[in-house]
Amino acid sequence: MRHTISVLVENKFGVLARVAGLFSARGYNIASLSVSETQDPDTSYMTIVVEAKDENVLEQIKKQLNKLIDVISITDFTKKEHVDRELILIKVKYSAKEKSKLENILNKYVAKIIQHKGDTAIVEAVGEQAQIKQLLDSLGQLGIKELVRTGRVAISY
Amino acid sequence: MTGAQILIECLKREGVKVMFGYPGGQVLPIFDALYDADIKFILARHEQGAAHAADGYARATGKVGVCIATSGPGATNLTTGIANAYMDSIPMVAITGQVKTFLIGNDAFQEADVTGVTRPITKHNFLVKDVKDLARIIREAFYIASTGRPGPVLIDIPSDVQMQDTEFIWPEEVKIRGYNPTYFGHPGQIKKAAKLIKQAKRPILYTGGGIITSGASPELKDLAERIHIPVTNTLMGLGGFPGTHELFLGMLGMHGTAYANHAIMGSDLIIAVGARFDDRVTGRLDAFAPGAKIIHIDIDPASISKNVKVDVPIVGDAKNILGQLLEEIKKVPDTTEWLKTIDSWKKKYPLKYKEEGKIKPQYVIEQIYQATKGEAIITTEVGQNQMWACQWYKYTSPHTFISSGGLGTMGFGFPAAMGAKLGCPEKIVFDIAGDGSIQMNIQELATCVCNKINVKVAILNNEYLGMVRQWQELFYKKRYSYTTLYNPDFVKLAESFGAVGIRVTKKEEVRPAIDKALAIDNTVFIDFHIEPEENVYPMVPAGEAINKMLGGLA
Repeated sequence: MRHTISVLVENKFGVLARVAGLFSARGYNIASLSVSETQDPDTSYMTIVVEAKDENVLEQIKKQLNKLIDVISITDFTKKEHVDRELILIKVKYSAKEKSKLENILNKYVAKIIQHKGDTAIVEAVGEQAQIKQLLDSLGQLGIKELVRTGRVAISY
Repeated sequence: MTGAQILIECLKREGVKVMFGYPGGQVLPIFDALYDADIKFILARHEQGAAHAADGYARATGKVGVCIATSGPGATNLTTGIANAYMDSIPMVAITGQVKTFLIGNDAFQEADVTGVTRPITKHNFLVKDVKDLARIIREAFYIASTGRPGPVLIDIPSDVQMQDTEFIWPEEVKIRGYNPTYFGHPGQIKKAAKLIKQAKRPILYTGGGIITSGASPELKDLAERIHIPVTNTLMGLGGFPGTHELFLGMLGMHGTAYANHAIMGSDLIIAVGARFDDRVTGRLDAFAPGAKIIHIDIDPASISKNVKVDVPIVGDAKNILGQLLEEIKKVPDTTEWLKTIDSWKKKYPLKYKEEGKIKPQYVIEQIYQATKGEAIITTEVGQNQMWACQWYKYTSPHTFISSGGLGTMGFGFPAAMGAKLGCPEKIVFDIAGDGSIQMNIQELATCVCNKINVKVAILNNEYLGMVRQWQELFYKKRYSYTTLYNPDFVKLAESFGAVGIRVTKKEEVRPAIDKALAIDNTVFIDFHIEPEENVYPMVPAGEAINKMLGGLA
């Protein structure tokens, strides 16, 4: 199962390597990882989506992360009210007669064309995992040429 | 002050009296500052020897062991010693030189990414990029190494940082916001544990290195005696409870005593203190102690419920928590029947060996035990020698059994003995070695002789890599693939370094040789030619339940 955890760390060189190294050394899987500075430039948030087959594995991951000296705190969103979002950029190829179909799809989601050239558009979309998945399924009918995603970020109340 | 001078000043303020190491190009400024420093420096003959010596010093004294090496190969040679200290939670600070800051990443001469290499085998590590951070980093390194669950910390110092000048400011306080170990047990958990203990009929204390680290031996003895609970130790826990005590069951696990293994499997309550349910202890996990509830006391939350599911976890320092438990426990359970059962196992399945053929290694260790009245510091190498040393010497106080537990590093015992002797000069220090292991750091003979470090080495010489041979005998149809050794003449070898060598080939020569070695004020190698195919028993085959033992049983 996938779980989203957020790790507040010291904003120092090598911290990402420590966290990533811990996952690989102990055989845990990272589904996505997003890192950036917080409002305090001395700290960073890492939002990590982890694959854990059960509660015990998730607990171990959190405990092991907590042992890293540069980790300040960990938030597990599994049982916490929170908001999560992901931003994706999609390169879509479409023919003139598919234009209205594309626009219909985009209107259904928080998505828009931010650039296009000839028969290719770059679409930007922001949303929850379920929405993103539905959007990608719909766009799949038109043909996705390329796709990049930021990975999930999450915040709680 | 220069970076190098700051380092030396900080080491002095941290109370460092002895350090081990090897010089090189990128630590020249530090060695120049060491030249007239008031710190005893021991020049090892290999960086691995220096790291193990610092580790042995730390285990014997409870203080932080310090070692130093140059960049590149010097640092990579330290890594086995660092990993060894990491697996056994030993406080150590390793200092390495690094190429100049502006050369880092350029594949400079003797450059290696040492913080990268050591990241998974240190509790923490630092690369010092600015001399202004140096004093704070050294202070933090010692603090991190010695508090919580201890472990090695590495400080990588580029040589230009060692030469830069800055004002020396000693940080009085250490504050690391991401690092706050828990020292006292949660009162609610203590109550729950006390309740389980009160209800238990067949309780057992299973204790590890945490007892020794936290100095909890008196509390452990109090608790065991108050409730009449038998005690079994992990390899790391030996010495934490008196080996001569009637409640003591010896070591448990793969080469533990049969009665310790039967007792843990038949218990209804395991009180685990400062131990981590390692696979060599539990055997087949799903068959481990099926009827037992588990109280697990450990300072590292990640050790709890990692391998086995725990009923009452208590995070904190073993000494404090055992103290809290002693206060909380008013009523004690009646364990008379349980102790009777255990006694019958002790009588039925004693540790034993057959007195026939050539010298028996078990006999050698018994004789060392008697000659040293059980008061020596025993270090071991890894393999059969180590298991026999666990089984046949009775350790009566903490810090007297020094062995590579988690990593299982051959070549550890001899340099560790050196470090232990420097830490405890008044003690007899004996390394129980195999003919394979001793050759892995034999160069340290020079260090011992040059520095007049008087240690004794008992080589249990069977001309085999004995433990691997034992597995090949039992599980690989006696196909002794590359486990037969052709050895040097250990007597002449010792003599060539200026040490003393004694060869022993007959049983009646064993004790006189040990007595002679103890009377000599020099390092002595005793080359015991033992029964070549003697096995360590009992033995739990890999992947079996720990009461399914081979050999040595009625």
